[in-house]
Formats: sequence, C-alpha cells, structure tokens
Amino acid sequence: MDIKLETLLIRQTDFSLRADFTVKHGTTAIIGPSGGGKSTLLLAIAGFVDPSEGSISIGGQVITDTPPAKRPVTLLFQENNLFPHLTVFQNTGLGVRADLKLSKPQIELVEDALAKVGLADMGTRRPSELSGGQRQRVALARALLRDRPVLMLDEPFAALGPALRHEMLDLVARIRQEQNSTLLLVTHNPDDALRISENTVLVADGVAQAPQPTAALLSNPPPALAAYLGK
Amino acid sequence: MAVRPKSINPVTRWSGLAALLFVALLVAGPLIALWLRADTSSILTSADWSAVRFTLFQATLSASISVVLAIPVARALARRSFWGRSALITFLGSPFLLPVIVAIFGLLAIWGRSGLISQLLQSAGADRLSIYGLSGVLLAHVFFNLPLVTRLVLQGWGHIPVEHFRLSAQLGMSSKDVFLRLELPMLRSILPGAFLLVFLLSVTSFAVALTLGGGPKATTIELAIYQALRFEFDLGKAAVLGLVQFVICAIIAFWSLRAAVPVTFGGGLSAVTKRWDVSSKRMILQDGVVLVAVTVFLGAPLFAVIRRGLPSLANLPTTIWPAIINSLTVALTSALFSVLLALALAGFIDTLKSRHKKMSSIVEAIGLLTLAASPFVLGTGLFIIIHPIADPFALALPVTALVNAAISLPLALRALLPALQQNRENYGRLTDSLDMRGWSRFRLTTWPAIRKPLGFSTGLAAALSMGDLGVITLFAPPDVETLPLVMYRLMGAYRMDEAASVALILVALTLTLFWIFDRGGRLGHQT
Repeated sequence: MDIKLETLLIRQTDFSLRADFTVKHGTTAIIGPSGGGKSTLLLAIAGFVDPSEGSISIGGQVITDTPPAKRPVTLLFQENNLFPHLTVFQNTGLGVRADLKLSKPQIELVEDALAKVGLADMGTRRPSELSGGQRQRVALARALLRDRPVLMLDEPFAALGPALRHEMLDLVARIRQEQNSTLLLVTHNPDDALRISENTVLVADGVAQAPQPTAALLSNPPPALAAYLGK
Repeated sequence: MAVRPKSINPVTRWSGLAALLFVALLVAGPLIALWLRADTSSILTSADWSAVRFTLFQATLSASISVVLAIPVARALARRSFWGRSALITFLGSPFLLPVIVAIFGLLAIWGRSGLISQLLQSAGADRLSIYGLSGVLLAHVFFNLPLVTRLVLQGWGHIPVEHFRLSAQLGMSSKDVFLRLELPMLRSILPGAFLLVFLLSVTSFAVALTLGGGPKATTIELAIYQALRFEFDLGKAAVLGLVQFVICAIIAFWSLRAAVPVTFGGGLSAVTKRWDVSSKRMILQDGVVLVAVTVFLGAPLFAVIRRGLPSLANLPTTIWPAIINSLTVALTSALFSVLLALALAGFIDTLKSRHKKMSSIVEAIGLLTLAASPFVLGTGLFIIIHPIADPFALALPVTALVNAAISLPLALRALLPALQQNRENYGRLTDSLDMRGWSRFRLTTWPAIRKPLGFSTGLAAALSMGDLGVITLFAPPDVETLPLVMYRLMGAYRMDEAASVALILVALTLTLFWIFDRGGRLGHQT
C-alpha cells in the first residue's frame, strides 16, 4: 500500500519537520543526520506523534486521527520492543491477541512465526536471556503475526555487527516479500539502504524529501546528504 | 609485571577511618550502655507488651494505608498532564521536610475536636471527631508518608520505557492489559521497599505518638521509653525497651536495605507519556477526583497553620528568640556534622571499592547503621551514659545535634555515594592518566560532581534537625527550648494562636534553610 503524506507538519519543542510526498509500495529507506526527525516521521505515521498540520493516508484511507492500534502499521523500535517479564512466546503471542488468550490453532501460529525467524525452541526464554539480535527476531516474529500492510523499522539493528545486521536485513526483506507489505526503514548506514531499498527518503534541515532511487541519490548526493556522508 | 595497588590518599584514609570509628562508637556506645543497664529482673509488664504490639500494629496499618492510597495518586500523576502538575509533584516533597509538630497542629485544626470538620459535623447535629489515639496516629503517618510513597511509585512509572506504552497502544491493549503487563510488575518491584520504609518511619516517629497517642491503648515503645525516663525515672526499664526497639528497627532496616528503595527525592518530574488506553471519561474523572482529594488532604492543614498563625505573628512570645537561636544552632551544627561525616565516609567507601570490595560494603553498612538504631534509642543510650558523669539536662542541645547528625547520615551517604561512584566510573581513568591528585583532583573533578547531592543532603539534614521533636524531649530541662519544643509546650497549654505563630516561624526557617543549601548546591551547576 502507498503511504501518502500531504503537507505534513510535525512540531516538537526543539524542532519541526515537513513532508509532502507519497511512499510507493515496496521498500524505502529513510536516511539523514541524527536528531533530524527520522524517527519522528515514523512515530507520526504509527500514530504516536500528532502532526500539527496536514494528513497521512495509507492505501487511500486517511488515518491522521486513527488510534495507533487501528492503523494498518507495525513499528519496530530501536530497543525495548519486548516486555521483560514475559517469555519469548508470550511476547510473540501479543501479536495475535493483546490479552494472550490464545486458542490451539493460534498457539501453532505463534510457534510457526518463531520458527520462521529462527527461534523455534526459544519460546520459554525471557528477553534478558537473549542476545540483541535474537530480541529483534522476536519482535519480527510478532510483526509477522500482526500481518499489517505497512512495516516500519526504526534503526532496529543499529547495535549489531555488520554480518549479523546483513543477516537480519535479509530476514526483513524475506518477511516483506512474503507478506507483500510496504517497508519503511530508518537507518544511518548508506550500505543498509543500498542493500535493501529501491528508494530512499532524505530527512535533513527540517524537511523530509520525496523518495529518490537509492543508488542515484547516494552516488550524487545533495549538499545536506553529502555533509552527512562526509563526501 | 605485577600491578601494585595504588595507596589510598592519606587524607581520605584517615578522615574516613576517623568518621568510621566515630559512627561505630556513636551507635555501639549507647547500645552497650542499654545492654549493661537493662534490668532483666524487671520483666516487661503487660502495659509494655501492649506498647510493643501497638507500635507494630499502627506501623503495619500506616504503611498499608499509605501504600494503597499512593497507587491511584501516582497513577493519576503519571498519566495526566495538566496545568500545575510539576508544582503539585514538588509540593508532594514538602511533608517530608515539614516539622512534625507543625503538621500535627495543622491536622488538629482540620480533624481535631475543635477543628473544621468537627464544627461542620456539629452544625449538622452530629458528634465531634476525636482523633487522639490510633486514628490520629494513622492520620499523621499517612499525611507524612502518602506523598513520599507517591513520589517513589511515580518514579517507578517514569522508569517504564516509553516504547512499552507505545507498543501496548500499537497492539491494542486495554487499560487492564497495560496494568497487568506493564504496571503491576513495576509496582511489585517498588511497593515492598516503600512499605518497609514507611513501616520503619512509623515505628520511629516519636513526636506523633507523643502528641496524638498516649494512654494505655495508644502508647508506642518510644513513648513508653520517654515515660520511663522522664516520669518514672526507671533507667533499667527504659534500657530494656530501647533494646526491643533497636531489634525491631534493625530487622526492618535490614529488610528494607535488601529491598533497595531508591532514596531520591528529585524524580518523577519527567514529562507525561501519552497513553491511548486511559482516555475514557470515567477514568479522567476518577483521576481528577483523586488529585483534588489528595491536594485538599495535604494542603488544608498547611493552609490552616498559615491562616491561624499570620494574625498572631505580632504577639509572638518574647521567649521565642532564645528558641530560634537554639534551633538554628542545633540545625546548622548537626547538618554540618552530618555532611562532614558523610563526605569522609563516602570518599573512603568509594576508594575502597576498587581495592577491597568486601571492606567497602562493611564500611557502608556501618554508615547506614544509624538507620537501624532509631534516634530515640541512641538518645536513651546516651542519657544512660551521660547520667552518671554529668547532668544530661545540661547537655540537651549538643546531644540533640549529635543524634540528629547521626540520623541524617544514611540519607546523606545514599545521596553522595552514587554521585561519587558515577564520577569515578566516568572519569576515574581519565583523572588518573592526567595524574590529578589530592586537593586539585577534589576541587576540579570531585566537587562539581557532588555539590548538588551535597547541597541537597545538607539542606535535608538541617531541615530534619530543625523540626526535631524527639531526643530533645528526653533531655531538655524546662528552661531550654527549641522551636518545636516551644510549640509543643504552647499546644499543651492550649495557647493555640501563639503556637500557630511559632509554627509559621518554624516552617519559614526550616524551608529557608533547606532552600539555601539545596539552591547553593545547584547554583551555576551545569547538567
């Protein structure tokens, strides 16, 4: 589904961000200096930050005033995606039912999802017993179960080493393909953008610019991006 | 090549050892005196045992009520943002600083026999209230501790990551699910420690028992000690009761240290996390009612003190001047003493930590010992020690300052140690590698890191000592007075207008002292 941001203005105490473009179905990266508003853009689409002006629509439906749970969106945060006192299984199961009253077939669904992200026998563990990468896998398994048309990731693999990060990005790409969802990925790493996304949004100087083909953007960066990349 | 442990700076070591020895003697001395003087032949009477029972009973109730009521208040503060929210949270910190006798005066003005509520009841044809006894003791303890627990629980809410609230909103959790998955686990980790803290404070709150308790049904152990010392002059019995009190406090203090309550007072002011599960009209109304109720409950007594005290400020008794000077002298001496001890000990503990971990824990435990030995127990022991040598009544003020300093020491240690530790973890290697040592190291790196907690601890120690109505009652002869004692005596003589004016002076001086030190610690501080 397409995500349409119309004359969007997000005002916060320390900065403001404008966006006016459409993100096409597929994979789009968001790149730019830290503190520029990359995360805020995702928070607004997910419904956690209210825009001061403009509207957001997904698949033709205006969702500007829709509560977070009703939006066709799953957002993965950089950290704290899991409740520490719930098991891996329970944390994943929340994607099926928020009160965790799961039927037999639903339990099997959860187990399948865990198997798909490579955590088949980890269901009884607690988040504290997992590595950083494994924790984000659990969050991905939950995203799989929620099966929303839009999946957004806010630098979820920033703390991982390069090999593991690539592995996780490939897993995300597989999940996106399987669910045929629209993927938005915040990253500070141009390689990640090249690896996974056709298009890239540059967020800098209070403006989120319309998506451009990633390779072209990176090889011929505008001044704001060039300054960020050090080119 | 073997790395030799660097030797500890001699100033740190010797001042630390001296402070340690002093604190150990100050706690052990009175306890040994109690032990030697305890008259085991005079078995505790049934009245004494009922004092023990009442002490535990009222403390259990006080802690339970405070904790149960604090939950909805903290919850409302955590999830609603409204005009005056941060002012209300700051205000919640004030009962802890407020002199006990002033609060009791205010509570009586609202809840007492001739208080506001009694007058309303009477004009409606009902009976007047009587709060002397259990109900008064509970009322006062809830007044002091409800805000304290509220702030602790509010900090707990603040520590729940904002992502977790967003996650639960995205997953569509109901407010019941959010409570079960997010808030209940947090409460479970905070409430036991909060309960024990209030329990300990209620066991050792002598002034409340003195003014609102009494009689065969509402006498606490400390009150029984006071009566044994001042009226029956039965040192043997006072010593036995003192030991009983020490054992109870030591057990509770030991538990509460293990439950590790975060003793901080500045928290809870962080911004409100937006919630999506609590926007129903009923919940908004419920939170509003809770917040208004707690504001009135805490604010009305203070308002009553001001209203009654202001008009009679002009007719302050002239005898108040020596009391003001005594109070200020005691408060400043004890605050100075307390932070000097804390500084010496904290510096010593901190340098020991990287060398002998076990030793540093032992030193820290000794520093916190005074938490277990209640001020009253220390006072009783000192009374027994001094009695054969000198006239205890002549030493009323120095002993009060000393005991108050000992009591504030754990609070100061708890504030200073984390700051020192953080500083060493962050910059310890850097300062070592720059070869910064001695005075310049202290002045350039340590001082900026500790001046904020140091200012706060000094202010707190001064305020607590200013309002003290514990040890001073054991020692003070009729002609020596501090402000709380003047107030207590005026209230005993039913000279309420004068008592109210003294209360105003006392509150003003207490808050000013706290403000000066706390502010001094922050001035020009950059964080």
